[in-house]
Amino acid sequence: MDGHGRRLRRPTTPRWGAWLGWGAAVALPLGFLAVFFAWPVVSLVLQGFFAETPTGRELDLSGFAEVLSQDRTWRIVGQTLAQALTGTVLSVLLGLPGAYVLYRCRFPGRTLVRGLVTVPFVLPSVVVGVAFRALFAPGGVLGWAGLEESFAGIVLALVFFNYAVVVRTVGGMWERLDPRAEQAARALGATPWRAFRTVTLPALGPAIASAAAVVFLFCATAFGVVLVLGGLRYGTIETEIWTRTTQFLDLRSAAVLSVLQLVVVGAALLVSSRARARRERALHLTSDRVSAHRLRLRDGADLAPALVTLVVVAGLLVLPMAGLVTRSLRAPDGSWGLDNYVALGTTGGRNALTVTVWEALGNSLRTAAWAALIAVVVGGLVALVVSRRPRRAGLRHAVGALDAAFMLPLGVSAVTVGFGFLITLDRPLGLDVDLRTSGALVPIAQAVVAIPLVVRTMLPVLRAIDPRLREAAATLGAAPGRVLRTVDGPLGTRSLGLAIGFAFAVSLGEFGATSFLARPDTATLPVVIYRLIGRPGAENYGMALAASVVLALLTATVMMVAERLRGDRPGGEF
Amino acid sequence: MEQARETAGLAVRDAVVRYGATRRRPGSVAVDGVSLDVAAGEIVALLGPSGCGKSSLLRAVAGLEPLASGTVAFDGDDLAGVPVHRRNFGLLFQDGQLFPHRDVGRNVAYGLETQGVPRAERAARVAALLADVGLAGYEGRSVATLSGGEKQRVALARALAPRPRLLLLDEPLSALDRRLRERLAVDVRDALRATGTTAVFVTHDHDEAFTVADRVAVMDAGRLLQVDAPDVLLCAPANTRVAEFLGLAAPDAPGARDTSRARTAAAATSTGHDL
Repeated sequence: MDGHGRRLRRPTTPRWGAWLGWGAAVALPLGFLAVFFAWPVVSLVLQGFFAETPTGRELDLSGFAEVLSQDRTWRIVGQTLAQALTGTVLSVLLGLPGAYVLYRCRFPGRTLVRGLVTVPFVLPSVVVGVAFRALFAPGGVLGWAGLEESFAGIVLALVFFNYAVVVRTVGGMWERLDPRAEQAARALGATPWRAFRTVTLPALGPAIASAAAVVFLFCATAFGVVLVLGGLRYGTIETEIWTRTTQFLDLRSAAVLSVLQLVVVGAALLVSSRARARRERALHLTSDRVSAHRLRLRDGADLAPALVTLVVVAGLLVLPMAGLVTRSLRAPDGSWGLDNYVALGTTGGRNALTVTVWEALGNSLRTAAWAALIAVVVGGLVALVVSRRPRRAGLRHAVGALDAAFMLPLGVSAVTVGFGFLITLDRPLGLDVDLRTSGALVPIAQAVVAIPLVVRTMLPVLRAIDPRLREAAATLGAAPGRVLRTVDGPLGTRSLGLAIGFAFAVSLGEFGATSFLARPDTATLPVVIYRLIGRPGAENYGMALAASVVLALLTATVMMVAERLRGDRPGGEF
Repeated sequence: MEQARETAGLAVRDAVVRYGATRRRPGSVAVDGVSLDVAAGEIVALLGPSGCGKSSLLRAVAGLEPLASGTVAFDGDDLAGVPVHRRNFGLLFQDGQLFPHRDVGRNVAYGLETQGVPRAERAARVAALLADVGLAGYEGRSVATLSGGEKQRVALARALAPRPRLLLLDEPLSALDRRLRERLAVDVRDALRATGTTAVFVTHDHDEAFTVADRVAVMDAGRLLQVDAPDVLLCAPANTRVAEFLGLAAPDAPGARDTSRARTAAAATSTGHDL
């Protein structure tokens, strides 16, 4: 991989060491991905194609015919696409003014608003569901609007989630766009609007496409938020898989639906990877200088986006969170107080839970710590390998393929992963250990979900290290291992903090896979919250609200700390 | 120059460097059969227009590019298969490539740390080297606060610290403004002379080459056109291409493109003839 001299006349031992080291760095992640992702998902998909008959397994596509002929299936597919498309379009339309105001303008408190905007993205989906439900419920702030269990309600929650993706992805590019191109257009007689439409917008195109593809992906595979808000009338393929597995015990049609979802998600992933490649190329065109001007509210070109952003931040982002906090302070008997928080030490009304909420929080922290550790080790190795540019074309293609393989978990739904674990890991690799009862599966599944985020966080930072810096170290006598330790190490660890924080926060809030795998006594906070809102009684509902606030505070704090470690640098996807 | 097997110093024989070669395509040739000797203690400048392959040749000598054919030897030892970090050749990049996560002192100390030099000795040597390049007392400074010229001085000190048996300089002054460049060229020459360092100095500026080097190798399109001492080169360019590049208007070739260069070079030629 360090590529000098193909004609080895004096083979030296360190070369063997290097090959062994890189071999292990590739083999460990690949093995992990094969056992804990590819195998469960492929086994699950095959369930849809084969049927158990007395003579053994036979190819049988009748499951497809059956599922695809049901009206319910097409209603769900239609709802999934409609929700995802509307959510994506709205996120982009609202996110563009936000990106302009938060990244192209300067005003007091900008850093705070930027942080505020980011929080929803890392909030656990169950918490978002609970927050919006409290908002739409009769007696809630928006109780009069009739948004409970409605299409509009779900879309609003999806925009709440993904607004930050658009603002950050587009904003990150926008702030580094050379303003002189637009100034040149103005000097040539273009109105501000025309200059924006003909110069700035096309330049931002790759970033917008990249953000839109990611948002579509997140919307199309939304689970927790739809499960909580959709009620019986609205769902996505993801929630339908969950319902058919856990409620109807219909594994076969769930498997068919998983295949259907893979098709939708595969298409979105393809578009997203194209857009990402173009964005990475376009990033080269931007300057290192950040160009922002003071926000001018007298100027219509600044006032309109500022107003839109104010409405979105206040109405869409702050209102649900504030509503959740306020509502959690309302005791079951209608008085104000901390009763709901006191109740977190119990197992709920009529023993709704097996563990207290505080015990569930302990479970959450423990599993998330393990998951973050696994994700950072595996994802860090992948990022390290993928950041190399081997001299040989064959190796270069292999590195590219590795990169693509580890993006797959981002697209394959967490529910599919969790479900796949259930049907395969009773005897992993033919070994007689039932991983399903060991409790190890939950952190592993959470790690699978977090790995793509870890890779996307660390890769841009490692790639940004000038290869000549490593060459300089080598000419100063540093062996490859030492170069790794003294150059890549210190420069890469700056992204390590953010990666750990990201992995930890995502694992804390992970619901899709965990809901399949967690046993009642090891339930995590999101699982407990979902169980509480499913049980009758004002007491349980109040506890769900309080637990949601605790979980939201925790994830937001983790992310804020991690953000601080990141500093102000370009790159990073989310 | 014929049989360099036992000579002290660098011996490059018929070196070929290709880029983008695959099993099917031969790729483009950056260095096309170059042979060059650099004696111990000598400073040779590789002079040529951008894209002529001089940096590729330098990187091949350092071990950063594989040779498609030919050999690189030092003190008679063939270096094929010897990785970069075992060659004990220093390399100075155009933009310094200082480690951003280390301060000035720890940048200079990097090569000494890899050699396992004891702490006290390391500190003394770093201080002495910084004094040599005119930056005494800069140990604790962050590299981000340095000017372009200071960065190159630190990079030079860093490259000299492990006492390389050969120093390779890849257009080390090109990113600086003209006045600083002229002053630093003299400083670099003095530093190399003082330490008795053998060096190859890549540049596209002939004034710089003539200031620093004992001998100048003129390179074009991957090949060496002429290797001679500066005054010989100016008096007797081997062919019109060399003369053109040095800005010497050949008597029968009307009008060199760059008139200012032609004028200085003409002055230089006339003094050369007087000698």
